[in-house]
Amino acid sequence: MLLYAVKRLLYVLPVALGVSIVCFLLVHLAPGDPLTSILPIDATAQQQQEMRIAYGFDKPLPLQYGIWLWKVLHGDLGRSIATGRPVAIEVANAVGNSLILASIATLIGFGFGTFFGFVAGYFRNSLLDRLASVISILGVSVPNYWLGMVMVIVFSALLGWLPSTGAGPNGSAHWRPDLEHLRFILLPALTMSAIPMGIISRTVRALVADILDQDFVQALRAKGMREGAVFRHVVRNAAPTALAVMGLQLGYLLGGSILIETVFAWPGTGFLLNTAIFQRDLPLLQGTILVLAFFFVALNLIVDVLQSALDPRIQRG
Amino acid sequence: MADTITFGKVTAVPIAPVRGKGYWASVITRLVHDPVAMAALAVILTIVLAAIFAPYLGLADPYRGSILRRLRPIGFTGYPFGSDELGRDMLTRLIYGGRLSLVMGVTPVLLAFFVGSTTGIVAAYIGGWVNMVVMRVIDVFFAFPSVLLAIALSGALGAGIVNSIVSLTIVFIPQIARIAEAVTTQTRNRDFVEAARISGAGTLTIIRVHVLGNVLGPIFVYATSLISVSMILSSGLSFLGLGVKPPDPEWGLMLNTLRTAIYSQPLVAALPGAMIFMTSISFNLFSDGLRTAMEVRQ
Repeated sequence: MLLYAVKRLLYVLPVALGVSIVCFLLVHLAPGDPLTSILPIDATAQQQQEMRIAYGFDKPLPLQYGIWLWKVLHGDLGRSIATGRPVAIEVANAVGNSLILASIATLIGFGFGTFFGFVAGYFRNSLLDRLASVISILGVSVPNYWLGMVMVIVFSALLGWLPSTGAGPNGSAHWRPDLEHLRFILLPALTMSAIPMGIISRTVRALVADILDQDFVQALRAKGMREGAVFRHVVRNAAPTALAVMGLQLGYLLGGSILIETVFAWPGTGFLLNTAIFQRDLPLLQGTILVLAFFFVALNLIVDVLQSALDPRIQRG
Repeated sequence: MADTITFGKVTAVPIAPVRGKGYWASVITRLVHDPVAMAALAVILTIVLAAIFAPYLGLADPYRGSILRRLRPIGFTGYPFGSDELGRDMLTRLIYGGRLSLVMGVTPVLLAFFVGSTTGIVAAYIGGWVNMVVMRVIDVFFAFPSVLLAIALSGALGAGIVNSIVSLTIVFIPQIARIAEAVTTQTRNRDFVEAARISGAGTLTIIRVHVLGNVLGPIFVYATSLISVSMILSSGLSFLGLGVKPPDPEWGLMLNTLRTAIYSQPLVAALPGAMIFMTSISFNLFSDGLRTAMEVRQ
């Protein structure tokens, strides 16, 4: 178990290094000089050169990467061009809001997804199964930014039940677990849960169908075990994979939240990315993406190790 | 019955041709008998044909608006699907919008199919450290959720149709290459490939005849399943302002500009998204049908 965890960690390190290289190169992928967005148009050649030296852009790329990585490892993601504040602080403020939204959405998706998946897997080819598979297809095919708009149209514009944008009353930028803030998170979280719901219900259906077809289930029934107890065995066998899929979905939601956060003006990392892109604030863009990608890599590692702890048969080579 | 030959009392029925129907013929037969896949195909074809022949459908000008006729409701005289925030006919723009939306959604998958399957097949066929290096690079791209990678790339490259297509192509190449690598590795270890090698077939011949014939099917099916994702992502980029620029009609962009009308004309505002949804679900259902018809597992 511990050996496996160490092995996975050793495997993840080069991937994490690769991720940092991609994020570093993002700034250099941008057309023109990385500095064009902050320099005044009439800057003289000498001023440009001074800026280039100040930001370290005059050094060869591998050296720039080395210096940048060293700073990143010490928690320094550079300064935002737009606000002048450290990127690390900007990201830290936003990531909490995104994490709460993505977690609640994952839980909702997991709840409904496992329910539909179990029903469909138990009553294969029944009307309920068809219905569950329609729901899961709808869940994975719907553009969630549009679903968000539809939710706003129905629950805010037409019914007036829930607020359409923001994280809390009076433009509150920090979400707190109270009733008033709960009203604000409901629409974005429900919208965001559509995709994990579809994927989890599909996975659970396949798992349950597969488990029910195995010999041990027949043996349990043959020895006279009650259906409720058989169900417990099915759950135990389906749980590791279902939980792993749920964990990965959390990572996907966190990384892909920009569209939903834009629709609902949710003050999270997606909102930060949006600002970074339109103000051409490349350090902010780079830092936010690096944090989100590292989070995704770490989550993958945790899910992998936990899954193998729950079910030692599942170990990736 | 006409084929039956009678010799006295003995009736000899000719044996059916050994090869029977070809693989592709049987795939098409199965597909045609799948009502869901056929309905999905019909929707896709309708949208594609309408987009191609839009100028001949007697529609209004997709760019000409009227300040006096802004945000008309669905069913308003002369505006069957209402009008947008600049008074342009919605029906016209929805049909014309299919042009850019489809091109920007399908092109990345096509490009990634060529580049990704070549990369995966060649890497798997060469094997050894080359394969390992390629797969490790692919692992790095898998460490980004695809939406994040698409937005990171097009955010850095800047807004524009070409940049959006380039970003999405880069997002899909590793995904297709990984599938291509997996199926090629399986195939190259099969006995018939070994037999071909022993009987003196050259590397290129083996790849062309024995490997490609067995791996392209599964890769193709996987690629078609990506079209739905690609449509949602490319319209999503335009929705964020990273793809098509106004005033060009594109579903994602239209959805974005109509957000201002959410309270005044909610139904009209939701229309472009419904088009994205319809197209994406049709591609998904058709891809599912194709997978079943081609008997590709996973």
